[in-house]
Formats: sequence, C-alpha cells, structure tokens
Amino acid sequence: MAVSKRIVLHFPPRLVNRPIVYRLVKDYDLEFNILKASISPEEEGLLVLELRGNRQEYEKGIEFLARTGIKVQPLSQDITRDEDRCTHCGACVTICPAGAFVLNPATRVVSFDNEKCIACGICIAACPPRAMKVQF
Amino acid sequence: MKTISEINEKIKRGQAVVVTAEEILDIVKEKGIARAAREVDVVTTGTFGPMCSSGAYLNVGHSKPRIKLGGGRVYLNDVPAYTGFAAVDLMIGCTALPDDDPKNRAHPGEFIYGGGHVIEELVAGKDIRLVATAYGTDCYPRKKLETLINLKDINEAVLFNPRNAYQNYNVAVNLSDKTIYTYMGVLKPKLGNANYCSAGQLSPLLNDPLYKSVGIGTRIFLGGGTGYVVWQGTQHNPGVPRTEGGVPRKPAGTLAVIGDLKLMKPQWLRGVSMQGYGATLAVGIGLPIPIVSEEVLRYTTVTDADILAPIVDYSETYPQRKPDSLGEVSYAQLKTGKIKVQGKEVPTASLSSYPRAVEIAQTLKRWIKQGEFTLTEAVAPLPGVESGITFKNLEDRPIVE
Repeated sequence: MAVSKRIVLHFPPRLVNRPIVYRLVKDYDLEFNILKASISPEEEGLLVLELRGNRQEYEKGIEFLARTGIKVQPLSQDITRDEDRCTHCGACVTICPAGAFVLNPATRVVSFDNEKCIACGICIAACPPRAMKVQF
Repeated sequence: MKTISEINEKIKRGQAVVVTAEEILDIVKEKGIARAAREVDVVTTGTFGPMCSSGAYLNVGHSKPRIKLGGGRVYLNDVPAYTGFAAVDLMIGCTALPDDDPKNRAHPGEFIYGGGHVIEELVAGKDIRLVATAYGTDCYPRKKLETLINLKDINEAVLFNPRNAYQNYNVAVNLSDKTIYTYMGVLKPKLGNANYCSAGQLSPLLNDPLYKSVGIGTRIFLGGGTGYVVWQGTQHNPGVPRTEGGVPRKPAGTLAVIGDLKLMKPQWLRGVSMQGYGATLAVGIGLPIPIVSEEVLRYTTVTDADILAPIVDYSETYPQRKPDSLGEVSYAQLKTGKIKVQGKEVPTASLSSYPRAVEIAQTLKRWIKQGEFTLTEAVAPLPGVESGITFKNLEDRPIVE
C-alpha cells in the first residue's frame, strides 16, 4: 500500500555532509519532494520533505533515518495558528500557495488546514496580526 | 414616525427592537419598508480593520521630583511618543516605530512592533516601559525617567483617531511582474490576487451613505467600549461619484472618533503588522442607526451587490497618483473569492474581518436591547455632498530661500 507524508528532518551537524535523501531513494525506493531546506554552520540542518512510497519501505526508511541520528517529526506539528490573535480577516487566503486557508462562504470564518500546509512560511509575515507561528 | 428620544424611552424600558444591518435585509424582504420602519427601532453596523490614523493620548501623572516631558523625548516600549503638549501629556500614534527598527532596510520589513501594539498592550492591562529625557527647568528639574506605567494608574488614556471607518475603499491589485508589499497587504505579481478592505453591507457609513443619521456627537461602539464621533475624519470626501442609492463608488466619507481607552478591550484594538509597509492598529467600530424614517431604513438595506469599489493597480497607478481605475466590482463579486480583471480571473482576499464586524454589530445590538447603550442626537451634521468639499492633493513647490 502506498503512503505519502510530509515530514520534518533535523540533522545533527555531523550528518549534514552525508547524502541521506539519496539513500532513501536508492535503498527504499521512496519518492521525495523537498519543500524547504536549510543548513547553517555549527547548527543542525533542516529538511522539510514530502515522502511517498510503499508503506513497508516507508517505515524502513524512517527507521533508517532514526538509526542514523536524524530526528523525524510530522510536519503538521510545526505550523500553528494562535487562535487568540487571528481576526479572521482573510489576508492569508490568497497568499498561501498550498490553499491551506479556507474561507467559509457563509460566515467568512477562515479555517487553517494543517494537512495541506507545506510550511513555506509565507503566511508568517503576511498575516497582519501575526497569528501564524512556525516551530521547527 | 419615531424620534430618537422616543426610541431611547423604549431602550430604557427594554422594549426596543434592534437588528443588525444583515438581519434587516430579510425583515424588509418579508415585511416591506413601511412596516419594517414602524417596527424596527435601531439597525446596528460594524467594521473591524486596519485603520492607520489611530492613536491615543495619555496623561501619565507627575513623578517626584517632577519632569517636563513636553518638549522632551518619550518612548513607550521603545516606540517614540509625541511630546508637544503640557508637562505629562503624551500622544502615541499607531504607526510609530522604534528608532532601531530595521524598517525596510531589508525589504520587505516585518514591522513586528509599533504604536498600535503599544496601545493593544496598554489596553490589555500590561505594564508599559516609559523612558524619557527632558531638558530640566526650575519647576520641572528632573532630566531622566525610566519607569513602568499601567493603564489603571495613569490619569487619562483616550483613544483619539483622526480618520477611521472609511466609507468604501479601493480593491488593490498588482500589474507589475514582482510581488509588492502595500498597506493593502501582499500583492502578487501579474494580477496574482486582489485585496479589499470593507465590511460592505455591514459597514457603518455604507448604511448611512449620505450622513443623514451619523453626525458630530454620535455615540458608537469603539474598541470594545463606547466612543463618540467628534468630527468628520481627515480626507472626508463626500463629493465622489455615487450610485442611484447614494452609495459612494470610491473611498468617500470618514469619521474622527474618540473614547475612553480604559473601557476598551484588546480584542477590538489589535496591533497589526503590514509586511513591507509598517505597523498599524486594527480598530473595531460600530454605528447604531436610529430608524426615524423610511428613508433612513431604506439606506440600511444596502447589500454587497449594491456596493461598487474601484480596482486600482498599486504597482504604478497608486504610487504615481495616476487617476486610472481597472474597473469596478461589487462586494458580492469580491466575496465569491474571485473577480475578473483585464480578462483574467483573480482570487480575492479581505483585510477587514467580516466575522468581527458581525460580532460588533451583534454586541452593539445586545447593549442597546439591554438598555446599556442609548442613542444620541447629532450635535451637528457631517459635511455632505452639498458641502463642496474636494479632495486636495499636495502639489509640491520649490522652496526658494
């Protein structure tokens, strides 16, 4: 059975030079789509991936990552909306490239769909009351 | 018909019939104008959006020994306040920024904290850092002051906004090939999105388009407390083209408002940051409209389909002050989520919160029904179409020494 998940990988400094994603493709036949990547000297690397493939192979691939010393988190935990600050103006709706903000046509209330979020971060600074928070 | 004092008698007896500018639509559909005008006493409106001409004046009390802040320098949470008044009177404007804010040096700037945020935190009851320097006088010897102030301890804190509640506004688009960062939000290149900013059919001045009801002295919902209209707002421009129903087809009337900050709530005065543009304050305003005639009621039945707004390019037309518009669109069209501009389908978004506007209209309705809020007779009218007011631009002239 196929599985597709968006995950956040945290690389310790000692691993940033190793071709980790290559192994996921080569050894576990997983497809990947990089949504965000950043590495800074003396700090950990960060990679946001959409990973697709056979469920068993996917599980093995994740195991491999963990064994190698990479911290794996599901992406949805990382972008949150501060419900107290959100005023439901709707400025985010057309800014989000993934369509993660949906306006209820009757009430004009804006809902945030974590599942669709690709953690690009565009909404963070574009939200006037700064209700969107990103935590990696 | 009823007079305002008759309506107030009903409010005090708890018998007033109060509905919002949304609810009135179905009532009139069902009962007709004449019967609805007899039965309904008040229609409430609301709007909640960024309003840059907002600020507060404070009297912080006298320190021991005394310091003359007037003519000196004062910072509230690092944001500069205006000190050109008496010894301990200050004014903080919502777009003021800390001196060390990077602003747009790294474009687009974030503008995370400004005067609007200071006002929000003050209203929320948080301590605010006041840092001041002064020149010292015989009667005000102190030259430095660093202290915390709190809303409950200072003499006065008054929200005083020279321009709020714009009657209609532009729909902003971007014809250029790069993203631009404006007071109308982030505009994506090549007509990537269209941003509007009005509560439309719930908006205060769109329900009283010819200022028949609102005037100087009108009591309103302001920032979660009560406030008053004190004057027409700056840039008040009643002479713009209007529809047959009197609704302006461009940004038109505005209100200057005032109210006791100590009675307001942070939920309705929200510091906001416009990326690449600046900091400002989202303000909640609600105007009650006493139904003293069929005519006044008819104006409150305006719907999103009746209100047209001009589509304006903010990459070239707006900054260069060119008059061109890319067409007109109704709020009903804007609210479908997409409009057509130059043959292209453009997704729309709002900067004004409609759910919050509804909540304001409902809150004001509840206050009136419970007898906590009575209506006022305007002391003087706002300048209308007949005033001949025109919108003046600044034509710069060389200074010859």
